[in-house]
Amino acid sequence: MIDLVAFIPRAIGQSVPLLFGCTGEIITEKSGNLNLGIPGVMYVGGICGVIGAFAYEQASKGNMIGILAIGIPMLCSLIGSLLMGLLYCFLTVSLRANQNVTGLAMTTFGVGFGNFFGGSLIKLSGSDLPTISLSKTSSFFSASLPFADKLGWFGKIFLSYGFLTYLAIIIAAAAGLIIKKTRTGLHLRAVGENPATADAAGIDVVRYKYISTCLGCMIAGLGGLYYVMDYASGIWSNDAFGDRGWLAIALVIFCIWKPGLGILASILFGGLYIVYLYIPAGMDHMEYKELYKMIPYVVTLIVLVITSMRNKKENQPPASLGLPYFRENR
Amino acid sequence: MCCRLFERRMLREGEAPQKGTFWGPGRKRKKLRRESRDQEMSETAIEFKNISKQFGNVYANKNISLKLYKGEILALLGENGSGKTTLMNMLAGIYYPDEGSIAVDGKEVSIRSPKDALSLGIGMVHQHFKLVDVLTATENVILGLPGKLNIKEAETKIREICDRYGFVVDPNKKIYDMTVSEKQTVEIVKVLYRGVNILILDEPTAVLTPQEAERLFRVIWRMRNDGKAIIIITHKMHEVKEISDRVAILRKGEYIGEMATEDADIQELTNMMVGRAVSLNIERKTPVNPKPKIEVEHLTILDEEGVAKISDVSFTANSGEILGIAGISGCGQKELLECISGLVKPLNGHVYYVEEDESRTDLVNLNPLQIQQKGIALSFVPEDRLGMGLVGSMDIADNMMLRSFRYGATQQDIDRVNKSRFLENLKQKMQPFTDRKTPRNLAQTVVEDLNVVTPSINTPVSNLSGGNVQKVLVGREIASHPKVLMTAYAVRGLDINSSYQIYDLINKQKESGTAVIYVGEDLDVLLELSDRILVLCGGRVSGIIDGRGANKEEVGLMMTSMGGEQGK
Repeated sequence: MIDLVAFIPRAIGQSVPLLFGCTGEIITEKSGNLNLGIPGVMYVGGICGVIGAFAYEQASKGNMIGILAIGIPMLCSLIGSLLMGLLYCFLTVSLRANQNVTGLAMTTFGVGFGNFFGGSLIKLSGSDLPTISLSKTSSFFSASLPFADKLGWFGKIFLSYGFLTYLAIIIAAAAGLIIKKTRTGLHLRAVGENPATADAAGIDVVRYKYISTCLGCMIAGLGGLYYVMDYASGIWSNDAFGDRGWLAIALVIFCIWKPGLGILASILFGGLYIVYLYIPAGMDHMEYKELYKMIPYVVTLIVLVITSMRNKKENQPPASLGLPYFRENR
Repeated sequence: MCCRLFERRMLREGEAPQKGTFWGPGRKRKKLRRESRDQEMSETAIEFKNISKQFGNVYANKNISLKLYKGEILALLGENGSGKTTLMNMLAGIYYPDEGSIAVDGKEVSIRSPKDALSLGIGMVHQHFKLVDVLTATENVILGLPGKLNIKEAETKIREICDRYGFVVDPNKKIYDMTVSEKQTVEIVKVLYRGVNILILDEPTAVLTPQEAERLFRVIWRMRNDGKAIIIITHKMHEVKEISDRVAILRKGEYIGEMATEDADIQELTNMMVGRAVSLNIERKTPVNPKPKIEVEHLTILDEEGVAKISDVSFTANSGEILGIAGISGCGQKELLECISGLVKPLNGHVYYVEEDESRTDLVNLNPLQIQQKGIALSFVPEDRLGMGLVGSMDIADNMMLRSFRYGATQQDIDRVNKSRFLENLKQKMQPFTDRKTPRNLAQTVVEDLNVVTPSINTPVSNLSGGNVQKVLVGREIASHPKVLMTAYAVRGLDINSSYQIYDLINKQKESGTAVIYVGEDLDVLLELSDRILVLCGGRVSGIIDGRGANKEEVGLMMTSMGGEQGK
């Protein structure tokens, strides 16, 4: 049947962008901001990384230094998604625009931004295919530990990944701990649940919303970067990132706003996302494969139904999610 | 009759010995009070200087100057919307004054945020609790404080505060599992934990049972004797008399005056609040030709957990009569009214509506729409005004429309078409659009007749103060000319003048032949208003008595002493 040793690393490879997006969105939502712009932010994070890498590859003429080859695209990616986060916060927190509309607009904008600059770079590089290949930069990103190959199946399943994979897991675990165990986390939860209460208790609601949303965007942006540089081996082609951003938002619901749970859930989703490749359907029934692609979304719906039915307060979204806060509102 | 109001001390120790521990013997309280009287009240804690605050074109506060001394309890009185809460919010950092200044301990300060207020030692317990539901008591208490998170240490400190002031609170309990009284305790612990010297309580007793209120007062006295300055906003005159040292009065955003509580009497205070002489009498006319209108038989209602909230309740409500329902809050009053109005299905039993010709309709399996379509005019003023009664984000006119939108016609038309299926169908076919004009006129009438304080009828009701919201709701329900009017805590949170306006409206309904079911918490008013009183205890009827002969002690005993099921 399914070759697990081959399947699991691929599932994990699929899961990393989802995990970045999911952790970023959880941190954002915990502050009461429903950022539906995450798919767009991930696009921007990806293309900004590509721009940085492209510029550095051109400038270095082949003599690339590892730290710069990783550092420059990463910095570009973080700055790009930070700007998106600031834009979102300015609109929804400072101007109190509708969060759903703003988020959706930002997704449209982000995808367009990515495709526009992607298309421009493809023209600049003058390649025959509609893609940009940054294989040199990618080799730095996807470098795994040197002894991973020698450890058989263990090495393949646990050690065969680039550093961003581990970073994703570390960030998710850290986010989980911070939200649950620290005072900052307690304040963040209070802001998302009941900003008026948090405000009356002396917590700077606006600051918490800005910082958590921008941080969330930066983390999500790394998901886009990982996708291009590691998963796609440095090849950018327009629209290749697909609907992973939406899947990341679905994942937030699936893991009931717990980043720690997000690690496992993202791997499960990653597996479900590609499971259709591993299920023998034959050539006669290609349409079945299309049905299998639905599985992650169906699972999310089921989880949503179950958590709503159980109606446990702790498993519900933050109470003021999606609502603007203005102190002098009565 | 007015003095009854402040004499009201329901269920004193002698009458309910099993509950005596809640507030202890009365003598001790007197002693506590006298000690503080001896204290010199010269040190100023807070001074407001010419404070003004505008919302839009309306002055919420205009040129207010007021002093608060250490070791005193100041009661802030005023009608709904007179700017009491606004003034206090400026002290707590929620609003910032447009003009004027505030001095704390003689030093002029600028309070730009709640954080500033807390660092000056000012804490406020808001009318609508500011607590995070999914967090525990401890987590709520330490919210916003700096430093490392140490739940254990915080719990110890909370327990110390509780012991000191005589609270009972479980630090690990989640807020959503708590009763209103427990939530309020958490709120008070929260401000005490921060070591405040100036405590503001905005209508703290509005949602408490008399026993819980007594317990709260004992805590407040103890804090006062610790030298803290306390401001309490309340509409209940007897509480003003009972608890405060000094009373300050606001009217329409302006400062009217102050006096020592000892020298004040209720009539005088009320007149100052309203700005003219107000009659504090409730007229009770003898019911004219009462006939059964609602007959409830052996009603049993379960809540979601399957616990019986109402068990085997039977009674009759007559037209032209007010049936008062007394009971400790949470004894099934809410469920009973919701069942009659068709919102809740009972486990068994019947609710009959009796027509003029004495034919009976069982309402138990009908929903509110079906009841309306049968031409039965039931009106229900629920306890939860903005949750069940009105839509907060819609304006007054649109809220009026909630009752008439279905027909695209006026209320009178509805009454008419109800009589004929044919006409009703015709109307619906002919009028695809709603009629907005009639509700607008109705809104205008309600605003004018009931003196609703609002910038316009296009203001969302959530922006109105509690009393004005209630007037809008009661106004709408009465405008539909009900045959049966049910009100649950109709005057909760209302100032004394508005309350009497509401009593008046209810009385007028009674005189026009409506069967009124009045659930109230103020026993004095219940006794003055009701023709008959149904006393509930733990979801059972402990007796139905005549309102005229009844005395408070008797009713109080009936409320608590049946089957060992006492209010929580």
